[in-house]
Amino acid sequence: MDTLVIQILNSLFYASILFLIACGLTLVYGVMRIVNMAHGNLYAVGAYVAAWIIGLVAGWMPSAGLFLLILVGAAAAAFAGAVLEPTMLRPLYRRAEEYQLLITFGLLLILEDLLRLVWGPHPLTASALSDTLGSFTLLGATYPGYNLFVIAVGGAAAALLWALVYRTRFGVMLRATSQDMRMAAALGINVKQVYVQAFTIGCFMAGLGGAVVMPISGAVLGMGVDALILAFVVVVIGGLGSLEGALVGALIVGAVRTLGITYFAEIELAVLYLIAAVVLFVRPAGLFGRA
Amino acid sequence: MTSPAAPRERPLTPRKLLAAGLGLVVLLALPTVLPTFQTLQVSYGLIFGIAALGFNLLLGYTGLLSFGHSAFFGAGAYMAAFLVKYAGVTSMEAFLAAGVLAAFATAAVFGVVCVRYTRIFFSILALALSQVLWSLALKLFWVTGGTDGLRVPTPTLLAGALAPAADKTAFLVHRYYYYVLAVFVLAVAVMWVILHSPFGTALQAIRDNEVRAEFVGVQVRRYRYVAFLVSGAFTGLAGALWVPLNGLTTPDILYWPFSGKIVFMAVLGGFRTFWGPIVGAIVFNYLETWAVGFTVYWQLVLGLILVALVLAMPTGLAGTASLLAARLWRR
Repeated sequence: MDTLVIQILNSLFYASILFLIACGLTLVYGVMRIVNMAHGNLYAVGAYVAAWIIGLVAGWMPSAGLFLLILVGAAAAAFAGAVLEPTMLRPLYRRAEEYQLLITFGLLLILEDLLRLVWGPHPLTASALSDTLGSFTLLGATYPGYNLFVIAVGGAAAALLWALVYRTRFGVMLRATSQDMRMAAALGINVKQVYVQAFTIGCFMAGLGGAVVMPISGAVLGMGVDALILAFVVVVIGGLGSLEGALVGALIVGAVRTLGITYFAEIELAVLYLIAAVVLFVRPAGLFGRA
Repeated sequence: MTSPAAPRERPLTPRKLLAAGLGLVVLLALPTVLPTFQTLQVSYGLIFGIAALGFNLLLGYTGLLSFGHSAFFGAGAYMAAFLVKYAGVTSMEAFLAAGVLAAFATAAVFGVVCVRYTRIFFSILALALSQVLWSLALKLFWVTGGTDGLRVPTPTLLAGALAPAADKTAFLVHRYYYYVLAVFVLAVAVMWVILHSPFGTALQAIRDNEVRAEFVGVQVRRYRYVAFLVSGAFTGLAGALWVPLNGLTTPDILYWPFSGKIVFMAVLGGFRTFWGPIVGAIVFNYLETWAVGFTVYWQLVLGLILVALVLAMPTGLAGTASLLAARLWRR
């Protein structure tokens, strides 16, 4: 019983992180039709900035305040996104798709080394944060409180994003742009602005994911690249461009990873891709994708 | 989608033949002039040139951007290493045959999934599938050596006619260099013939307008599948050729940033031309060696170059050179 509870909680924990990364990737694709290969690096930016600022103030700040600093990491990634979209991506919207993919690959290489340049090759962490919450006993199983916090953050982020996209005026503009960019522009929507905002939101989510996972796994070089691959699997399963898909995909991948670590650690990634391949055979656009 | 000056491959003109012949003469003479280290770099460049040539059959001529070619390169390299480890074979011809076969088989499996898609989906799927091989190479360490990789000794060339010399470096910069060059020339010639065959023309028709190609009677998906197989086989050939030179194969060459490097080579040289990717491969290899030697932040340097290329020089070195030549000609 208690192993089952722990496995389920672990799945939800992974799923939360994966959703935070994948929702930005899929949002940006849905609105702008660009797959951002540097997305994983923005996740890393969130982790590094959060680790750095928490490390700076950890001595004298009450631990409740430290939790708010996680948002600084997310904001840093959002800021990076708000700068990158108009400068790097906007000149390329009229060009062939290959170039858009290529420039984000270039950004990936640059961001990867910028992190190394600023924070050096050694991992950063802020375990003070994960220790403050101790552990809880739930249905006979002992589970770290911080992991529960991560699950809560993931759930809240999913709910807020859903409300933003489906219940606000901005969400209507976002969805209109996603469905038909030119028609939306003709109706008076400032498409350029929607693009920047969508990209910024996507980066914010990735940064939040990185910042929130940092106290557990640390801010490490290469974390962005690894995360990107998993996020790809999530969006391929769920359907590129669909937020519901990202959520379901994250839950599936989270569950498979948890099982994989326990029962088939060697072929965990292979099993994930196998699932993705099967989904694609049955539903070519992914579970929730539009054809 | 805009495709600036999509090339229609023209037949061999005397001038082109002359240029190719001159290039070959220069390559033949290089080891006698260059120091050892530089000769090795040219070998690496030629090998990556074969990989980029295979890659460009998809990107430049079929319109498919694969971010998973590390899988084929790695399949070729690991197959050669397996031959050494498990069969005790050290014949280079066996390496090449097995490497091409392994890459071909990998492409045959991956292609079934990938070729159903185009554009960005194709790229992501190729990337994702290639990472299966990477994770297997990393995790099944009792077979593949894990992160340590597998060692490959210097092989015997031409069925034992040329045994490995006692001095490994001398062997690599002399006999092996010419062996690589011969395989390279052969690969270029075969690719040239493929691209000028009706098959190559059909691929270009698919790239330019898929619907129209389908209406004319080209079986689009089957042609794409075959192009995928050929492309994989070429890149696998490069992988098998690369292993003895490097002496070691590690999971790094299966990791997807290595696919990114192959993409980089094609873009650097210009993927809309036949020779572009080859030029790009040789230049990229130098660029990387130089950047790695000069700073730990070599990825930053390469990233900046890639961004600048995409923004300012989308036709690559070959495209820009021919543009400049055309402008000078007119004056």
